[in-house]
Amino acid sequence: MMWDGLFTDYTARVVIAGSAMIGAVSGALGCFAYLRRQSLIGDVVSHASLLGIVLAFWIGYLVSGEGNKSLWILVPGAIAAGVGSLLLTKLITGRTRIKEDAGLGLMLAVFFGTGMMLLRWLQRSRPPIPGRAGLEDYLFGMAAAITQDDLWMIALLAVVSFAALILCWSRLKILTFDPVYMAGIGLPVRRLEALMLCLLVVGIVIGLQIVGVVLTVALLIAPASAARQWTRHLGPMVTLGAAIGSISAASGALVSATFDHLPTGPCIVVILNAVFVVSLLFAPRRGLLYRRKKRFVN
Amino acid sequence: MDFAIQTRQLTVAYGAEPALWSVDVDIPLLGMTGIIGPNGAGKSTLLKAILGTVPTLSGRVELGAGDSSHGSSEIGYVPQRTGVDWDFPTSVLDLVMMGTYGRLKWFQRPGKNERAASMEALRQVQMDEFANRQIGELSVGQQKRVFIARAFVQQASIYLMDEPFAGVDAKTEKMLVEILHRLRDQGNTIVMVHHDLTTVTRYFDHVVLLNRTLVACGSTSEVFTSENIERAYGVPCKPTLDSP
Repeated sequence: MMWDGLFTDYTARVVIAGSAMIGAVSGALGCFAYLRRQSLIGDVVSHASLLGIVLAFWIGYLVSGEGNKSLWILVPGAIAAGVGSLLLTKLITGRTRIKEDAGLGLMLAVFFGTGMMLLRWLQRSRPPIPGRAGLEDYLFGMAAAITQDDLWMIALLAVVSFAALILCWSRLKILTFDPVYMAGIGLPVRRLEALMLCLLVVGIVIGLQIVGVVLTVALLIAPASAARQWTRHLGPMVTLGAAIGSISAASGALVSATFDHLPTGPCIVVILNAVFVVSLLFAPRRGLLYRRKKRFVN
Repeated sequence: MDFAIQTRQLTVAYGAEPALWSVDVDIPLLGMTGIIGPNGAGKSTLLKAILGTVPTLSGRVELGAGDSSHGSSEIGYVPQRTGVDWDFPTSVLDLVMMGTYGRLKWFQRPGKNERAASMEALRQVQMDEFANRQIGELSVGQQKRVFIARAFVQQASIYLMDEPFAGVDAKTEKMLVEILHRLRDQGNTIVMVHHDLTTVTRYFDHVVLLNRTLVACGSTSEVFTSENIERAYGVPCKPTLDSP
C-alpha cells in the first residue's frame, strides 16, 4: 500500500527521478576518477564543497533577505569551492615541496572545517535566518528535499556532462589512459585536463543532495569499482557504472523515503556496497570466487 | 645532407639541475639513429624536447618541416613502458587505434578506416591475432610491439622510441629490430634511446652520444669510438665492433 502511494505520489516521483539522474552522472564520471586513480579527489571536493554551499546560502540571504536552498543557488557555490580546492592544491604542490596527498588532505580539512564553522554559526545566529533549517542535511544527504525546481538543475547538469562525455569520448579516453602519448601526438592535454576536472567536480557535487558531503565519494567510486569487475572495455564500464549508480541511488532514496528516520545517503551507500561486494565476489574473470575456482582447477 | 631533426643550443632543466645543456644534434633524414649515454644523461629528455612535451629553457628544435613547439602527429612516438595502467579496460586494437586520434576531429570517433589501418599495423608487428586481447594479458615484449603498432598507425615518417628493447627477450628484440630496419628501408627516420653498447654498430646508422652535453654525433663508424664512449661514460670502455 505504502509503495503504491509512493510511485503515484508526485513528490516521490520527483525524488526518485532526481536520485536516478544523480546516480547516473556520478556513476559514469566516477569511472574516470577511478581509472585516473583520483578517487580521493572525490572526498576532497565533496568536503570542500560544504563551504561553497554554506557561503552560497549566506550570500543568497544577504542579497535577498531570505534563505534559499534551491540547487540553482547552492550548486554553483559547491562547484566553485570544489574547483577552488583543487586549484589551491595544485598551487601549493607546485610552489612548495608539499606532496599532492598532503596538499589534498590540507585542503579537505581547511575547506570542510571552515564550512562546518560557518554552518553552525548560520544555524545559531540571531535573529534566525529564514529557510536555514535543513542546511545541515548536506552532511548526510536528504533526497526528500529535492524539489521540482531542483530537478531541472539536476537534469541540466546531467545533460551537460553526458553531452561532454559523448562528444569528447576519444580524447577523454586517451587522456585517461596515456596523457604523455597524447601530448606527443600534438593533442591539447591541458585543455582536456581542465575539462576532465570540471566534469569530475560536477560528478561529485551533483551527489551532495542525496548522499551528502561525507559519503559522496562512495557514489562516485563504488559504481565504477563494481562495473570494472564485469567488463573489459571503457564504454561498457561507463554505461554499467551509470546504471549501477542510477539504480542504487533511486532505490536508496525510495527506502529512505519509505521508512522514517533513515537518512538517504547511508541507505544509498549500503545498497552500493552490496552491489560492489557481489561484483567483487562473483564477476567472471576478475571475481574472487572465479579466481579461486580457477586456481583450484589448475 | 638533409636532416630530419636539428637542435641548436637546446637546454632543458628539471628544477635547478640541467638535464640537457646546449645540445646541438643533427639527425639525418632516413636511417636509424641511436641515442646513447649513461643513466641520467638526458636521453629521454632529448626525445621529449624534440616532441615538445617538456618545456625547453633555451635553444630550438627544428623538424624537417617547420618547428615543433607542441608535439606533432607527424612524429610517431613510442614511450617507455612505465606510466601506463595495464589494467585499463581496453583491448589491444583499441590501444593501437589511439594512434589515429591525432588525425580525428574533436567530436569524431575512430571508424572503419582507422580500424583497418590499426589491424594492418598489428599485422606488421605480428600481433594481429591478439587484437581483441585485454592489454593486461600481454607480455612485456608484446606490449612493446603494440606500442610500436600504435606509432605505425600515426602514418608518421619520423619515429621516436624510448628504449623499445628494455625488458624484452632476445628473440623479440631480434624481431623488433627486423621490423624497424624494414621501416627504415621504406624511407622512414627512426630515432631510438638505446642502452646496450654491444649492439650499437649492428643496429644504428647514426649515433648521438650524450651526457647532458653532446659528446658526439654522426655516423656510427665515425663517432662510436672508444674515445667518445669514454668521454660519454666517464670510464674506459671498449666498444664491441662486431660486423653487421
